[in-house]
Amino acid sequence: MANSLSIRAAVVSIALLLLFLGGWHIATRGTGPAANMSPEYARLMGATATQGKSAMPGPLDVGAKLWEHIKSPFYDKGPNDKGIGIQLGFSIARVLFGYVIAVAVAIPLGFLIGMSPLMSKALDPYIQILKPISPLAWMPLALYTIKDSNTSAIFVIFICALWPMLINTAFGVAAVRREWVNVARTLEVGTVRRAFTVILPAAAPTILTGMRISIGIAWLVIVAAEMLVGGTGIGYFVWNEWNNLSITNVIIAILVIGLVGMILDQILARFTRMVTFPE
Amino acid sequence: MSNDKFISIEGIAKRYPNPAGGSTAVFEDLWLSMKRGEFSCVIGHSGCGKTTVLNILAGLDEPSEGAVIVDGQAIEGPSLDRAVIFQSHALLPWRTVMGNVAFAVSSKWRNWKAEQVREQAQKFIDLVGLTGSEHKRPSELSGGMKQRVGIARALSITPKMMLMDEPFSALDALTRGTLQDEVRRICLETGQTTFMITHDVDEAIYLADKIILMTNGPGAVLAEILENPLPKNRARIDIHRHPHYYGLRNHIIDFLVSRSKTFAQTVTGRDPRHVPVVRPALPEPAIINEPAA
Ligand SMILES: Nc1ncnc2c1ncn2[C@@H]1O[C@H](COP(=O)(O)OP(=O)(O)OP(=O)(O)O)[C@@H](O)[C@H]1O
Ligand SMILES: [Mg+2]
Repeated sequence: MANSLSIRAAVVSIALLLLFLGGWHIATRGTGPAANMSPEYARLMGATATQGKSAMPGPLDVGAKLWEHIKSPFYDKGPNDKGIGIQLGFSIARVLFGYVIAVAVAIPLGFLIGMSPLMSKALDPYIQILKPISPLAWMPLALYTIKDSNTSAIFVIFICALWPMLINTAFGVAAVRREWVNVARTLEVGTVRRAFTVILPAAAPTILTGMRISIGIAWLVIVAAEMLVGGTGIGYFVWNEWNNLSITNVIIAILVIGLVGMILDQILARFTRMVTFPE
Repeated sequence: MSNDKFISIEGIAKRYPNPAGGSTAVFEDLWLSMKRGEFSCVIGHSGCGKTTVLNILAGLDEPSEGAVIVDGQAIEGPSLDRAVIFQSHALLPWRTVMGNVAFAVSSKWRNWKAEQVREQAQKFIDLVGLTGSEHKRPSELSGGMKQRVGIARALSITPKMMLMDEPFSALDALTRGTLQDEVRRICLETGQTTFMITHDVDEAIYLADKIILMTNGPGAVLAEILENPLPKNRARIDIHRHPHYYGLRNHIIDFLVSRSKTFAQTVTGRDPRHVPVVRPALPEPAIINEPAA
């Protein structure tokens, strides 16, 4: 039953993809040579004008370009011409850097907030005000104080990844079932051991859910941040190719951004499943 | 300290503030003592404050007034000497059966090696008849098996006292019977002092040496302490044949049906420090120690 359902779903998915690619191809294909144009003018204008071709690349153009990228993802021909693999590497490194720092701050702080009603009340107004600020709004301030554009991008990732993890950790820790805490109390388990043996495993699914939301947001934000700071990264790549008017490369970048985002999300989803316990 | 007052509840009260101001007392000025090795059962209607008393005994909750003395020492918070079997079994769902019991063992003996901890845990898993299920998680166990893990966990730390909050109320009659037998056997073998809450009259008669009757709240009081007249070697299957069985049973049921509501208003000259000890027998219950005037 479930098996046949997934087979049917796969068939529908593939059909939709073919439909989309077909529609795309038809919408962007050439309409044949345009009449009487001087050859010199035609060369100047390119296929868009001479062949009635759309300025939008078709799926075949994108496919061909993609193949080029896949063949040599890591070439480096100066600051404005690096392989897409290198650019992705820069972006992923920044995201992981900022994310790991955010984890290191959010989880202990979330524990504190979740375990102490005093800290929870005291820090609440700050969290409420800081949380809705667009991470990019921090960018000028970060560039001004940190001065280094790379570190500023990492800082922005840190800021945007912080809140979901902080809030989920605090909530998960505060919501640990009273009876589990009572078990630890009757066994005279000390605070530190209790935090690691009871509260952490009990709150882990909620914490991991926060971490999953955070990695998603971090990956959304890195593209915008790199467009602003420039230099390297997939966001910069998109901006640079837009300036080169290479829509093909922009489309490829979009595709790759989606793929990497999905992979990051799936990794966290797997971790979440590992710590989830049935009751 | 004297064995007569291994546990001594001395004038405890528990009050909760009212939303409208003032406070409601769940109970006031509650006195009770238990002997070493004695099995006491508390019976009373829902909400009268049984769990509150048990939590205070466990050290999980603090009385608004009064104190509890265990073995000559006032209770200050939970202790490994007093094991609790929770009504909802309270197993840690991310740990296996072995993991749950081992958690208790390693909490008591912090510097034991893993092998030693495992051995001790295994001993008590075997005792409650869960051999072979060590590596199952609580979600893979039946209700009765979960309750057994809770019992094994409580016993594995060899406490001086067991506190049980309606440990069998969620179980079917058959499983309940088996577990009652096991708990009784274990308690007799290990000489545990046990304090148990129940709603089940037959369970109290089968297990308890003393049955404590608690009136309805708010302002609940201990009405009587019934001494169980049935012989120590009673068996679950034939307690109802004992000549004193129905006298005792009717006495408890009468109390639950009518006297628990009216007791506080109708009985005067009650001394909370000396709850009357009653030994119901044929044909009428006789009071064997008059409350001190
Ligand atoms: N946090 C609280 N705030 C206010 N009232 C409370 C609180 N906790 C318990 N109570 C009150 O204390 C009384 C006794 O509660 P308790 O849980 O001890 O009852 P119980 O005798 O164990 O009942 P049951 O048999 O249903 O388990 C109840 O009437 C309840 O309303
Ligand atoms: Mg209760």
